[in-house]
Amino acid sequence: MKLLTLNFLTCAIKSCKTSPASFPLHPRDAELEIVEADVNLAFLQNILPRLMWAELRTIASELGLPTLPEDIPEREALVEGRGEGEGEGEGGEQIPSQTAKDLHRVLLETCIQEGKLVCGNCGHEYAVKEGVANFLLPGHLV
Amino acid sequence: MLPTPSTSHVCFDRVYEPAEDSFLLLDTLSSPSESAFLHQRFGQNACVSDIAPLVLEVGVGSGVVLGFVAANARKIFGREDVLTLGTDINRFACQAASRTVETAIKDSASRTTFSDVINGDLASSLKPNAIDVFIFNPPYVPAELPDFTHHDSYNILPTGETRTTFDQDSYLLELSYAGGEDGMVVTNRMMEQMPELLSPARGVAYLLLCAQNKPEEVKQRVRNWGPGWCAETVGSSGNKAGWERLQIVRFWRITAQDTTQH
Ligand SMILES: C[S@@+](CC[C@H](N)C(=O)[O-])C[C@H]1O[C@@H](n2cnc3c(N)ncnc32)[C@H](O)[C@@H]1O
Ligand SMILES: [Zn+2]
Repeated sequence: MKLLTLNFLTCAIKSCKTSPASFPLHPRDAELEIVEADVNLAFLQNILPRLMWAELRTIASELGLPTLPEDIPEREALVEGRGEGEGEGEGGEQIPSQTAKDLHRVLLETCIQEGKLVCGNCGHEYAVKEGVANFLLPGHLV
Repeated sequence: MLPTPSTSHVCFDRVYEPAEDSFLLLDTLSSPSESAFLHQRFGQNACVSDIAPLVLEVGVGSGVVLGFVAANARKIFGREDVLTLGTDINRFACQAASRTVETAIKDSASRTTFSDVINGDLASSLKPNAIDVFIFNPPYVPAELPDFTHHDSYNILPTGETRTTFDQDSYLLELSYAGGEDGMVVTNRMMEQMPELLSPARGVAYLLLCAQNKPEEVKQRVRNWGPGWCAETVGSSGNKAGWERLQIVRFWRITAQDTTQH
């Protein structure tokens, strides 16, 4: 599962939802895999306002990934050479900056293949197996 | 007609095979009237148009619906910075649907982004207020709910085996259609989560219902959620003497901004 997905997930236990500690879920014993994908600059720019940056930084550091900048990048920082007249490639298409590529790597290419996601509030562990996270709770349906 | 995603890799012995209900969702989402509605809500001129919309399908099954949305987002929403996410209670469906969506995006050269398919109950693992477009083709047949006691063992391959058992497959397929009393037990649980799940500014939900689900009552219930809540039938199939066998109901909230625009 992609790290971006963790930006939208919380503990499935109802009583945890109101507790701030239930987000983000903390990866534990995670085996990571890099799955390469094309950079999509327009998407990266428009996903920025939805990212919980501080929480994302926590996840990255818990996974031992390179430290993310303290402040969330500005939209403009995702485009190469802005203001120097060299930000345009063929057909006027914008070129992703290193910041964009780094963000892309963390959000969309870094995948948890195996491991657990742990709720900071109740301690419940959700297993990730073969890249699929299991949020089913025991007796959740009865 | 927009192309239907390929599901040729999916084993329909244990994952719901796309059927009339699935295709009604595809046809409705890509109909001129729904595209017009969605373009207005999400297109260039919409409010917060520079924030990527998040589409959630609960109960993805083969992934045919989510794959269709991911592949055809430009036509449906008027934009491609769309993020798609799914859930299913059936782990085999989660794996199958991920592949369907990824393939559909590749085949169509769409520039949308696929998040993941989570193996979970309804939308219980999702953060509140995050979903812009919600889609659910639920288990809607009035039939007794399956016995969930073996779910954990039926949800994975038996230890040391490479194939599922017959009982396991029957159980997983039952999960895909059996909806309990009035076919509404699973849908009712979902409806309870819905107001908190949808994004307050632009959330919209598409729900498939059959005639036995008493769609008029369902719509009325949504309208009673509070001021601004709307519910309308926006697609139907199997019309017989004014009695639609299947229909798609859209729920959404009219915000202050919408009213000033009109
Ligand atoms: C009628 S099938 C629809 C499949 C697919 N969306 C389509 O339209 O072809 C219903 C799906 O919901 C899933 N499902 C049933 N109960 C669920 C629950 N409590 N949480 C998540 N998914 C569920 C089933 O496994 C099945 O894949
Ligand atoms: Zn918890």
